[in-house]
Amino acid sequence: MTALPQSQHNTHVPVPDAITKPLNIKVDVQALNFFYGQFHAIKNVSIQIPEHQVTAFIGPSGCGKSTLLRTFNRMFEIYPDQRANGKIIVDGEDILSSRKDVALIRAKIGMVFQKPTPFPMSIYNNIAFGIRLYNKLSKAEMDSRVEACLRSAVLWNEVKDKLHQTGTSLSGGQQQRLCIARAVAIKPEVVLLDEPCSALDPISTAKIEEMIEELKTDYTVVIVTHNMQQAARVSDRTAFMYLGELIEFGDTETIFTKPTKTQTEDYITGRFG
Amino acid sequence: MKASEAVRDDIKTIATAADKKSTKTHPRISGDFLFRNLSAAVAMLVAITLLGILIALWREGWDALHHFGWKFLVTTTWNPVSEQFGALVFITGTLVSSIIALVIAVPVSFGIALFISEMAPRWLREPVSIAIELLAAIPSIIYGMWGLLVFAPWFANFEPWINSHLGAIPGIGILFQGPPMGIGMLTAGIVLGIMVIPFIAAIMRDVFIITPAPLKESAYAMGATTWEVARKIILPYTRTAVTGGIFLGLGRALGETMAITFIIGNANNLSASLLMPGSSIASVIANEFTEATTPLYKSALLALGLILFVITFVVLVLAKLLLLRLDRMEGRQA
Repeated sequence: MTALPQSQHNTHVPVPDAITKPLNIKVDVQALNFFYGQFHAIKNVSIQIPEHQVTAFIGPSGCGKSTLLRTFNRMFEIYPDQRANGKIIVDGEDILSSRKDVALIRAKIGMVFQKPTPFPMSIYNNIAFGIRLYNKLSKAEMDSRVEACLRSAVLWNEVKDKLHQTGTSLSGGQQQRLCIARAVAIKPEVVLLDEPCSALDPISTAKIEEMIEELKTDYTVVIVTHNMQQAARVSDRTAFMYLGELIEFGDTETIFTKPTKTQTEDYITGRFG
Repeated sequence: MKASEAVRDDIKTIATAADKKSTKTHPRISGDFLFRNLSAAVAMLVAITLLGILIALWREGWDALHHFGWKFLVTTTWNPVSEQFGALVFITGTLVSSIIALVIAVPVSFGIALFISEMAPRWLREPVSIAIELLAAIPSIIYGMWGLLVFAPWFANFEPWINSHLGAIPGIGILFQGPPMGIGMLTAGIVLGIMVIPFIAAIMRDVFIITPAPLKESAYAMGATTWEVARKIILPYTRTAVTGGIFLGLGRALGETMAITFIIGNANNLSASLLMPGSSIASVIANEFTEATTPLYKSALLALGLILFVITFVVLVLAKLLLLRLDRMEGRQA
């Protein structure tokens, strides 16, 4: 892990002066390009995501923020006509060119999606599914691991009496917290959240945002959101993207109060997007 | 509170007024009424036809069923000359050949569907799908002729190997002992399996494709392999439709007549070996219906038809019960 350098390479993004203490860089994206077939969705993006912080990607629909997120765990690979070039360095290793089993990369970088996606199995097994992929635990160990995960998602009290009911029997907000619990159950280092609240009501959203706040003590969190207030509330750093390019990246406070680029200002003040 | 209630009342009045207006001037209402009754009538027609066939089979088969009683189901004698009729050989033949067909068709269809929906490059999906659908369009008589003239003689080359290897296994070995004739229960079951693959594979492919991408991605995102995603996510998610597809295939296999008649060997005896020729309900009806000169003979054949009907019905009911139990185990229902 490298300290954040004073001048970032390969990018026009200015280093915000608000950053005073050096942060470890968890995900170092260098000159990333992404294509859906012929469509150039991400154009030469470089961004350095600090460890144990919440980084938000904002921008209008189709700006490439979700696409960027999906390169971090090579999710795009399951679709034949999507490809990426450039470098994404996590802990000193370029995950795009890594020959390592992609499962090991994905074990380290968890992901939660826009709509809750409980697996077609019981609540208990939803959590145990991922753990079983990597560890062989005894019944007692598994029980306590599942309980710990559900507790960390503040879901335990709501589901402890119906652990063996199907995950789809929960409400939308509970399902999404189950999905986050499931993602952290395999102890990743980075958690990617792709608009995790866009399908939820305000109360569930508040609960998830509380979770995000707690997640950053153990994980590096990257969240894509349409909701600028949410970005302002939960994130430490914010990246604004537009038409596949990274326009501005810096301290959330700076981005929302005195952005350096007019495009950023236009977007956050609601002039377009 | 008061004000908002008043507003709500106003809205209600406006809405009902609009409703009344629309019912009075809406020209489509009568068409809707007609359409509803027409669809109800068509739906009823299906039920009535089903019931009618059941009653007809029952009435026509009654003579034989009454004459032989429940022994009709458990005796193996089928002797038109002495007018002794028992259905056991044919019931067994139908069930065994269909089970062989499913044992072959289900895993193959699963593989095909998984390949098309998850693994095949886009350009290959359509051609493979179309090829599978064409397989379903081949008339069963063609399968029968191909089975008898091409597949059975070719398959006979492997039967000595089956004899010496599978036949040597203690216990199940008895299933694989017998003369390498080519035609027989096993060959019929295999051809039947090929015939039902398109139906099962098409349904599996359709439901695999509509499994929500985020659901699959969530599992991939945890590091699951394609096989783990298929086995633990896609299959449970689509289980109702997959079971439906398998039973649709089983239904076709149970009732398949022409191909089976060509390949099964048409022997009226019960044998433990799958290599021996046998008969199925459908094949014996097809073979002997024109020869059934006495009323009891004819009645016995129609009683066989009734049994086939009942078997198919029972299979469907079992499938429904199985699904109900699976749902209950997952706590979908109280």
